[in-house]
Amino acid sequence: MPTFNLKINGKTHTVETDADTPLLWVLRDHINLVGTKFGCGIGQCGACTVHIDGNATRSCLLQVSQIEDAAITTIEGLSEDGSHPVQQAWKEIDVPQCGYCQSGQIMTASAFLNENPNPTNNDIRNAMNGNICRCASYNSIEEAVKVASEKLS
Amino acid sequence: MKDTFSRRSFLKTSALASGGMLIGFNLFNACKSDVKMPVDLSSLNYKDFNAYIKISPEGKVTIYSVNPEIGQGVKTSMPMIIAEELDVAWDDVYVVQAPLDTENFSGQVAGGSQSIRRSWQPLRETGATAKQMLINAAAARWGVDAKTCSAKEAVIYNANGDTLGYGDVVEAAAILDVPEEVTLKDPNDFTIIGKGKGNVDMDKIITGKPLFGLDYKEEGMVYASVLRPPAFGQMLESYDASKAKELPGVIDVITIGEKARTLLSEGKPNWSVKLSTTDKVVVIGKTTWDVIKGKKEITATWKTDSDLESTEDHDEKLLSLLHGKKFRTRRKDGNVKKAFANADKVLERVYESTFLPHNTMEPMNFFANVTEDKVHLVGPTQTPEAAEGAVASMLGRPVEDIHVDLTRMGGGFGRRLYNDYVLEAAEISDAIKKPVKMVSTREDDMATGVYRPASKYKISASIKDGKLTGYHLKEACINGNMYGLIPNFFPAGAIENYQVDSVRLKSNISVGAWRAPYTNFLASAEQSFFDELAEELGIDRVQLHMDLLDNVKKNPDANIEYSPERLQGVLKKVVEVSNWGKTADDVYQGLSVYYCHNTHVAEVADVIMENGFPVVKKVTCAIDCGIVVNPLGAMNQAKGGVLDGIGHALYADFSFKDGVPSVNNFNGYQLIRMAQTPKVDVHFIESDVAPTGLGEPTLPPVGAAVANAIYKATGNRLTKFPYAKYINVEEKIIG
Repeated sequence: MPTFNLKINGKTHTVETDADTPLLWVLRDHINLVGTKFGCGIGQCGACTVHIDGNATRSCLLQVSQIEDAAITTIEGLSEDGSHPVQQAWKEIDVPQCGYCQSGQIMTASAFLNENPNPTNNDIRNAMNGNICRCASYNSIEEAVKVASEKLS
Repeated sequence: MKDTFSRRSFLKTSALASGGMLIGFNLFNACKSDVKMPVDLSSLNYKDFNAYIKISPEGKVTIYSVNPEIGQGVKTSMPMIIAEELDVAWDDVYVVQAPLDTENFSGQVAGGSQSIRRSWQPLRETGATAKQMLINAAAARWGVDAKTCSAKEAVIYNANGDTLGYGDVVEAAAILDVPEEVTLKDPNDFTIIGKGKGNVDMDKIITGKPLFGLDYKEEGMVYASVLRPPAFGQMLESYDASKAKELPGVIDVITIGEKARTLLSEGKPNWSVKLSTTDKVVVIGKTTWDVIKGKKEITATWKTDSDLESTEDHDEKLLSLLHGKKFRTRRKDGNVKKAFANADKVLERVYESTFLPHNTMEPMNFFANVTEDKVHLVGPTQTPEAAEGAVASMLGRPVEDIHVDLTRMGGGFGRRLYNDYVLEAAEISDAIKKPVKMVSTREDDMATGVYRPASKYKISASIKDGKLTGYHLKEACINGNMYGLIPNFFPAGAIENYQVDSVRLKSNISVGAWRAPYTNFLASAEQSFFDELAEELGIDRVQLHMDLLDNVKKNPDANIEYSPERLQGVLKKVVEVSNWGKTADDVYQGLSVYYCHNTHVAEVADVIMENGFPVVKKVTCAIDCGIVVNPLGAMNQAKGGVLDGIGHALYADFSFKDGVPSVNNFNGYQLIRMAQTPKVDVHFIESDVAPTGLGEPTLPPVGAAVANAIYKATGNRLTKFPYAKYINVEEKIIG
């Protein structure tokens, strides 16, 4: 079986797995970073969102062989202690209900705000539209992204 | 507020070997007389009590939370109630999820929005009792009368100005008798209840720590993926696993089903859920991906065991039942037949809804480790006690052998009331003699699940001399029905001649509870009907409800569960805060008023036309749930329920063709997304009445609020879920 060297949250991890293994399962089952969630497996729900070179990407569709040179950031590496402004905004607004989709929401929001630090409400609604929250905490997510943007600017 | 009750039956305390005090309580059943408290936490077996407060000599408080957490917020709100009466600073409280206790407890369930309502009083009494014991211990040390002492934020005071911390007296308090009488706080003195407290798992959620069932791992654990029949009505005939077994990550391929079949044939499962008794092929592998890949390599043939049903046939049969005579009468007041015979006019409408999958974001999964000594189960279930009992029966083990640990759940919505996936995990571990995690994919979940049953209602009203004289509701539903108190919800009691009848269509499709079972579509049907009825009668929509509720007040009925005063209260409130009837010309408003799960709710939806299509811009919601324990959590539940209700009313489409579901993932099934969401403006009625639940009550009414607003905007009466499919096409093209 081939081995791959992956740069995840600033550290290099060597994993031995099939070349077609999605990054999601490498993170969860091989490296024990379970903050990245499985929701649909077809890139529709956003629960598995990570940053690849800073861009929000669905890890359930990304094969491990495609990303050896990339810098991968997961929710565990977004900040050392939950102090990223997006994480803090989530806490301030008390966003989560069940909480399962929220790491994906936070990863989408943080990559988006990096690109667009002063978004309009419509920008936020469009940027977050790819992430499903089954508890429908959308009003709070929208508000938290706004609060995070204020923290960042 | 003075409250006297017998404590001895359900409270026990103990000094901990490690220092500190442990107080245990049982919410609903008396403890057995020979039950002893453990002397240190390591020996805590959770078999004796339902929940514990642990107080350390440093004054730190640990509260063990009892009920399963599915996102409804009880892991935060229930410990808040204890902490309030115990009188400690919320920041000093650490909350831990307690595992299952099957011996003395009967309510460790997440369902029906009942957790807060049922535990309010016992949780308060528990906190107050612990506080009194700490005061008694301090008074004894000072040699003063305990009545001259008080406590606040973990500090005890006497009349001489002396103080002691809870930690200073906790060891002495632990060996005192449990007081027979304690005083509960005046709600005006609450400092935790009624103040918004953030989710206790917040830090773990936002940093991605392991919390959920899918995150749980043990040394030596393998993964399993289960291949189930693609159609309801099919059974496994044969399979070829040779290709799957060639994959390096696949450990084995086995079949299960015999043990579950025996159990299921004994009629153990829940009321309406008829689970498949087929054999299933299970791929065992080293990782989740290995078993997902392995399953795709299995070739199976299936035999038809019973009818392969289609939605078209269901629709035809349900309508035929609805217009037929095979009904069971659920409630009958006056003489509906006579009222209709004498009517000047009869208004009659049929309302139709589809099956719905639950689609919890965390797919079904469970960990099981079946060994000779014990059976360890870990994962997400709304009914851990039922899971324990079912696994014990299936494996022929005493329940004492089964230990269930609860994880935080990535949603429930009723799906995790049914423990089919727990049985699978246990049967697999029993077969392979290893710890195993059974993992479902989204496709498994959506296409081989349990569903909200498709249902149809026919509602008729008789009108005589411009007045409503009779109301007759008929229901035809797949497998399950309305039952019990539902026919006693509004408008029961408000109309002299009133009747509710129901009939079932038997099906081999597994159906069960889905968030706000019974009412999640019923409310949309009834509250749309009342909108049309008001128009027919030429009465203001709000006035019609006020008048009907006045009728209930004049003719009290012991069977009526809702309060007409409280329903009028939320109606008045929503009229006031929604700007009802006073909005700009291009804003169309729809109203809906409903009572379910012990909570009274009124909602107004504001719709505007955008590019010729109606869009919901805002929903105003007035709620009477008594005291709001945690305003932050309550707001989340209320808003989430409204948006969830809108999403499923407008978009959720799910049908069957020859036993096979029409869609199996989010590319074909539309859940509401942010760009489709209106702002939800929530107003709670101020109240000092004991609290009721919020996990479900805001969902049922919103469908009708939206439909009634869309009617005003388009002239189109919507009677079928999902509404978006039936919104007049001509209207879409205009603009």
